[in-house]
Amino acid sequence: MSVGAPKFAVTVAEVVEVNALVKRFRFMRSDGGALPTFSGGAHIVVDMDDHGTRRLNPYSLMSDPADTSGYEISVRRDDQGRGGSLYMHRHVAAGHQMQIGHPVNLFPLDLRARKHVMIAGGIGITPFIAQMAQLAARGERFELHYSARTHALGAYMDDLAARHGSRVRLYLDDQGQALDLKGLLSNQALGTHLYVCGPKPMLNWVLSTARDMGWPDGAVHSEEFLAPPVGKPFDVQLAASGISFRVEGNQSLLEAIEKAGVEAPYLCRGGACGQCETDVLGCDGKILHNDHWLTDEQKAEGRKIMPCVSRFHGKTLVLDR
Amino acid sequence: MGFEFNKETFRDDFTFRNSARAIKRFPFPFPEDLYMYSVNMEPHVPGPEGSVFEHMFDVDEHYLAEMRDRALVLKEDPLRCQSLPHMTLAGWDLLELIMVSKARDYPHWFELHRNGNQWHWINRPMEIEQRFTFLDDSTLPHGPLEYIGRQTQGDLTLQDQRDNNLWMDAGMVTTQADWSLDFDVGMGFHEWHAPVPLAHQIGVFDRALKFLLNLQLGAPVRRFNWTMTIDPLLDTSPETYPKWGPSRTTLTPENLGRRMHLRVELQTLHRLPRSNAIVFPIRAYLIKFEELVTVPKWGRRLHRVVRDLHPDLAAYKGFLRNRDMMANWLSQYDDGKPTSPGWLADPE
Repeated sequence: MSVGAPKFAVTVAEVVEVNALVKRFRFMRSDGGALPTFSGGAHIVVDMDDHGTRRLNPYSLMSDPADTSGYEISVRRDDQGRGGSLYMHRHVAAGHQMQIGHPVNLFPLDLRARKHVMIAGGIGITPFIAQMAQLAARGERFELHYSARTHALGAYMDDLAARHGSRVRLYLDDQGQALDLKGLLSNQALGTHLYVCGPKPMLNWVLSTARDMGWPDGAVHSEEFLAPPVGKPFDVQLAASGISFRVEGNQSLLEAIEKAGVEAPYLCRGGACGQCETDVLGCDGKILHNDHWLTDEQKAEGRKIMPCVSRFHGKTLVLDR
Repeated sequence: MGFEFNKETFRDDFTFRNSARAIKRFPFPFPEDLYMYSVNMEPHVPGPEGSVFEHMFDVDEHYLAEMRDRALVLKEDPLRCQSLPHMTLAGWDLLELIMVSKARDYPHWFELHRNGNQWHWINRPMEIEQRFTFLDDSTLPHGPLEYIGRQTQGDLTLQDQRDNNLWMDAGMVTTQADWSLDFDVGMGFHEWHAPVPLAHQIGVFDRALKFLLNLQLGAPVRRFNWTMTIDPLLDTSPETYPKWGPSRTTLTPENLGRRMHLRVELQTLHRLPRSNAIVFPIRAYLIKFEELVTVPKWGRRLHRVVRDLHPDLAAYKGFLRNRDMMANWLSQYDDGKPTSPGWLADPE
């Protein structure tokens, strides 16, 4: 259950190979109806039936939020991952029938901003593509600083430069180009908001630099979805449901709960939104907290777990579910 | 729809009344004989035909009279409708939600024709026809929130979501139970709820905020709130307190059945698509005590609720002073029989 909103039955209208690692998918409603408008930065959860294994992965929407005829996502292939992106790359083609959830925005624009400065790394570009379409249509001020390893891997670099002109700056690692972050941040007028999406080291670099330079927390926004990590199998008991089962190494605790037929709330499935927070009733072992929802104190207490990304190592784990 | 719009007033001569049909569909808010706060939210899904839940936005026999009253309030005090600059997009989201819902649910009264961003809106009961460009403020006589708020029963507040909080950054508020948009605008969730007694201590607001921050597009929710109002006055605001506050000293056992009203708010919450804001429509329904007790179960139950209510809540809701008189009056309609669970009237 994801707080009540029904899912959409969609058909894959188009699959485009963007580069060696990224494919773009366009979904249209199978009944021909319109999809809701959304706000730039929103994601959807894509429901996959991977040969009997159900996978629910979140992807940022990158199409124009005003386009209600279809939604587009880009999926970066992760050869070491648990299989969702490989499934999308290998098995999902035009005409494929799937289900998607309603858009949820955990990375919204702050509409009070006088100007929006966006910093993207790699596939972290996707939410910004939708946000820039929204901002451009409203005549708002923005600029994008987008880094990639090579031009070939810089998905949509040429498109974005063509669409938004000098508001888009590109940085290629293999050309030795790098963003002068301090220079950028020191030159912004009051009322500017900063957004960052990309790999974790980049996120940490931008967030800590902004903090050190005195940017207020409320003016700095970031999004990082964690893919549920692969780990060792462990056993879990659900007290309210009165069942116990094993969580496999390539399965998340949330997926195992769902597979056991127990409804659990979720929104982002990436450790960010807090919706799946679950009380721990008994724990003989160590909870491997992988989320960025719980505070460090809560993680140390061990009374809560985020089953979408966190795991367990030990003898017994009893959850209030 | 099988009913006419009432010719009635919510001020001066107070000719407001409920038809038999309106009494039957009144949203009686008490599922049991004792009342205490709870996070009593449920999905806002269509309810039974004829009920106030049948449609996303209920239009009833009081529609035209309420819109006339709102126009009068706004004329006297334009600050009842405010929208901070970043909330205009949320206003458009709201305008779309209401127009699309009403045109779908009441096609004989409302029509919406859309060709791209060129929109054509018809509101037959109010004799309004408007062609405008969606998202272009210059093509409407008011901002989008005020434009649609003048055609929609109930108050509307728009909450921006940021920093893990909700901020009341816009609203159209003329039918309120003694609170002020002008005072609250710009406040965060815990700030504007600060005056509510008891609920903070039991953690109601922490849980409600957490729930609302994850409110999803396409999954609106609803809850009831209630209070008491002397005379059918929609606009009980702090700004006009000198006009209505003293009425509580003029209540007598003889005029109580006619003058005392249970005021029920059907509150819904909807995530808005473009702005990611949340709209909070607060729809007030009034019923005279003498109308309410024509439903025996409601008479019995309201007596018990009023008699046993925590004094802090009776004070907060503004009727501690008259509580004993009200309970005495209602006791005529309570034969002590058990009441059935839920708020629906028993078949008697």
